[in-house]
Amino acid sequence: MNELPVDFDRDTFQLPEEPHHPEGSSTMLGFWLYLMSDCLIFAMLFATYGVLGTSYAGGPGPKELFELPLVALNTAMLLFSSITYGFAMLAMTDGKKGATQGWLAITGLFGLAFLGIEMYEFAHLIMEGAGPQRSAFLSSFFILVGTHGLHVTFGIIWLVTLMVQVQQKGLIAANQRRLMCLSLFWHFLDVIWIGVFTFVYLMGMLR
Amino acid sequence: MAQPDSLSPLNVSPIFGRFTLDALPLHEPIVVTTFAVVALGGAALIAALTYFKLWGYLWKEWFTTVDHKKIGIMYMILGIIMLLRGFADAIMMRLQQAMAFGGSEGYLNAHHYDQIFTAHGVIMIFFVAMPIVTGLMNYVVPLQIGARDVSFPFLNNFSFWMTAAGAAIVMMSLFVGEFSQTGWLAMPPLSGISYSPGVGVDYYIWALQIAGVGTLLSGVNLIATIVKMRAPGMRMMKMPIFCWTALCTNILIVAAFPVLTAVLALLSLDRYVGTAFFTNTLGGNPMMYVNLIWIWGHPEVYILILPMFGVFSEVVSTFSGKRLFGYTSMVYATLVITILAYLVWLHHFFTMGSGASVNSFFGITTMIISIPTGAKIFNWLFTMYRGRVRFELPMMWAIAFMITFTLGGMTGVLLAVPPADFVLHNSLFLVAHFHNVIIGGVLFGAFAAINYWWPKAFGFKLDTKWGKRSFWLWVVGFYFAFMPLYVLGLMGVTRRLRTFDDPSLQIWFLIAGFGAFLVALGIAAMLMQFFVSVRDRKQLVDTTGDPWNGRTLEWATSSPPPDYNFAFTPVVHDSDAWWDMKARGYKRPEHGFAAIHMPSNTAAGIILAGLSVAFGVGMIWYLWWLAGLSFLGIIAVSIAHTFNYKRDFYIPKEEVVAQEEGRTRLLSEAVA
Repeated sequence: MNELPVDFDRDTFQLPEEPHHPEGSSTMLGFWLYLMSDCLIFAMLFATYGVLGTSYAGGPGPKELFELPLVALNTAMLLFSSITYGFAMLAMTDGKKGATQGWLAITGLFGLAFLGIEMYEFAHLIMEGAGPQRSAFLSSFFILVGTHGLHVTFGIIWLVTLMVQVQQKGLIAANQRRLMCLSLFWHFLDVIWIGVFTFVYLMGMLR
Repeated sequence: MAQPDSLSPLNVSPIFGRFTLDALPLHEPIVVTTFAVVALGGAALIAALTYFKLWGYLWKEWFTTVDHKKIGIMYMILGIIMLLRGFADAIMMRLQQAMAFGGSEGYLNAHHYDQIFTAHGVIMIFFVAMPIVTGLMNYVVPLQIGARDVSFPFLNNFSFWMTAAGAAIVMMSLFVGEFSQTGWLAMPPLSGISYSPGVGVDYYIWALQIAGVGTLLSGVNLIATIVKMRAPGMRMMKMPIFCWTALCTNILIVAAFPVLTAVLALLSLDRYVGTAFFTNTLGGNPMMYVNLIWIWGHPEVYILILPMFGVFSEVVSTFSGKRLFGYTSMVYATLVITILAYLVWLHHFFTMGSGASVNSFFGITTMIISIPTGAKIFNWLFTMYRGRVRFELPMMWAIAFMITFTLGGMTGVLLAVPPADFVLHNSLFLVAHFHNVIIGGVLFGAFAAINYWWPKAFGFKLDTKWGKRSFWLWVVGFYFAFMPLYVLGLMGVTRRLRTFDDPSLQIWFLIAGFGAFLVALGIAAMLMQFFVSVRDRKQLVDTTGDPWNGRTLEWATSSPPPDYNFAFTPVVHDSDAWWDMKARGYKRPEHGFAAIHMPSNTAAGIILAGLSVAFGVGMIWYLWWLAGLSFLGIIAVSIAHTFNYKRDFYIPKEEVVAQEEGRTRLLSEAVA
C-alpha cells in the first residue's frame, strides 16, 4: 500500500480509483500487538515470581509442593493441543470444514484436560494449607500459573464460539482470519507455559 | 478520620454488599452542595436533550459512531470536562494550604483533603491528559496519513467508552462512598486493605483498570493504523512529525499499560483475596510495587508529552511558513526518547536505597534524555529562524511552551542528580517540577492543538480576543502558581501537607493561590472563547479547509471533513504533502467520484462499557451478584458482537457527489 506504483508521476496527487483494501488487512498486525502486550503482563508476573519466589515466610517451598510427574502430564496435554491446533489449521488451508472442526474439538478437549489437572493441583495445594494467602512465594505462584490458566479458559470459550461460527458460515475469509488469531493465541499460551514449566517447576525443584 | 463501621469488609450484606446509607457523604456540606449543583445541572441537561429531541441524534451520530473524527471530539470533550473537575480539586488545595496557618485547620478535614489531592492527580493524568492526547491522535492521525478511518473502527469506539466508563467511576466516588486517600499512585502498604479498608482504593483500582483497557486497545489500533493505512507514497520518513510522535506514544502505551494492569491486579488480589505481594508480612515486598508502578509511570509521562512535541512541530512549521528544521533528527530524537523512557524509572525513588551505582546509572540515563529533548527545542528555534512567523494563538502557545518547558526540563535535570534528589525528594520542588513540564508541555500543547485544529473540526476559527485573554491568564497564572513552590521546596516543605506551623511560609502559598486564581480565570476565558466562537461562527467561518496555509494532508480536505475524509485517496511525494501539492499547482478534482467503502456504526462499545461500570461498582461495593452478572453480560455481548459479520457499507456515489459539489461551491464563493 505504501509503495508508490511506478506509473504515478511527480504531479499525480491522488489515486484515480479506490484502492483495493483487503478486508481485515491490519488484523494480524493488531493481534500481534495485543499478544505482545499480553506477553508483558506475563513478564511482570514472571518478574514478581522472580522477586518473591523464595519468600516462603516459613511455609512450604517448591520441593515440598510440586509433583513433577503431574506437571509433566499437564505440559503434555498443552503441547498436544498445540499440535492438534496446527492440524486444524492445515485442514483449514485445504478447505476441509469437517476435519477442521474435528481437530478444533480435540484441541478443546486437550485444553480442558490441562485445566482439569491444573485445578486438581490447585485444590490439592489449598487443601494442604499452601494456598495463595500462605506466603509471597505462593501468591506469586498462584497468580502466574492461574493467569495462564485463565487465558486457556478464555481460549476454550473462544474456540467453542469459533466452532459455532465455522459451522454456521463455513470457512469464509473472516472465519479463517479469526482461526488464525486464535492459533497465535493458543501457541502463545504454549510458549508461556514452557516458561512456567522451566522457570517455576523445574528450577523450583533445584532450589 | 476513622472508617465508619459500614465500610469494614466484615460487614457485608449479600444484596447491598458493603453499601449502606452512611456511605453517602451527607455530613460533608461541600460535597452535598457540589452534588446538588451537579444533580441540578445534570437534570437540566437531560431535560434539554429530551425537549429538543436530541437523544436519537446523539445515539445515532455520536454514541455509536465509529468515525475517528467524532470519537476524537468526544475524547476532547471528556478531557475538558474532567479538567474542570481536576482543577476544582486543585484550587481547593491551594485555598486550604493558603489558609491553614497559625493553628488554623483550614476548611478541609484530613479525610476530605487526602481524597482531593489523590483525585486531582488521578483525574488530571488519566482522565484529562490521556483523553486529550488520545483524542488528538484519533482526530488528526488518519487525516494526516490520508486514510478513511483507523484500522479497527469498532475498537476505537469501544476504547473511548471504556475511558469514559473509568471517568464515570471516579466521578461516582465523589458522591457515593469516598475516593482513595493514598496519593495518585496508591503505594502499598498504605493502599493495602489493613490501612485503607474503605472503598476509596477500590474505586481507584477499578476506574484505572477499566479505562486502561480502552487506552491499551486504542494504542494497538493507532499503531496498526499508522503502519498499515498510510496513503500511497507516504514512506515512514515522509510521515508528518505528529504521526511519528503518535506512533512512538502508542508504542509506549502498548509497552507500558500492561504493566499497570498487572501491578493493579496484584494490588487488588492483596486487597480482595488476601495474597501477600505488597504486604509487610508473609514475605511481601512493597518496594516491588513502587518499581512496577514506575516502570509504567515513567513511560506514561512520555506518552503524554511526545504527541505534544508533534503538535508543536506542526504548529511551529506552519506558522513560520517553513519546512520543519531537522526532520530526520526530530524523528530520531523521538525514537531515542521512546527507548530511554524505559531506562529511567528508578529516578522516582532514589531514596529507596539501591546503592550508589544503581542510582548513578538511573541518574545518568535521566540526564541523557535532555539531549534529544534539547535537540528538539533547537529544531523548533531554527525552524522559526528566518521564518515569516505569524503570532496566531497556536504559535503563542508554542512559544510559551518552549520557555516554560525548558525551565521545567532544567529542574528535572537537577532532580536527576541523586544527592540533590535526596534533599528534594517528595518536596514541593518536585511538585513544581512536574507541573512545570506537564502544564507547560502537555496542557500548553493541548491548547495549541485545540486552537490549531478547531477550524478543521468545526469549520470556523476560534475567537482570538478571548483566546489571548485565556493565554495570558494561563501563562502568567502558571508562573505565579508554581514558582513559589520551587522556593518552598528548596526550603524543605514536603508535598501533600494539610496544615503548616511556620508562618513565614504563608506568603508563598498566598502567591501560589493567587496564581491558581489567575488560572481559574484562564479556564473561564477559554470556555468563553468556545462560547463566543460558536456564537459568532458565521463571521469566523473558514470555507477553504486550509485557514492557516497548512502543510500536511488534513488541510487538503474540507472543514469539517466529510465522513470519508478524502474523496480520492491522496498520493504523497513529500513530508509536507499538502504544501507540495499547493506548490505544484494541484487542482482539486470535480468529477469522477465513486461510492466509498466505510465501516458501520455499532452500539456494542457503549453497551460493553456500561456493563463494565456495573462490574466495577459490583467489585467496589462487594456486590458479588452484580459483579458476576455484569461479567457474564460482558462475555455474552462480546460473543454476540462477533456474530455480526456485516460491519461495513458503501456511501453511495450520489452522496459523495453532492458533498463534493457543495465544497466546490464553497471554494468558488471563497475565491469570488
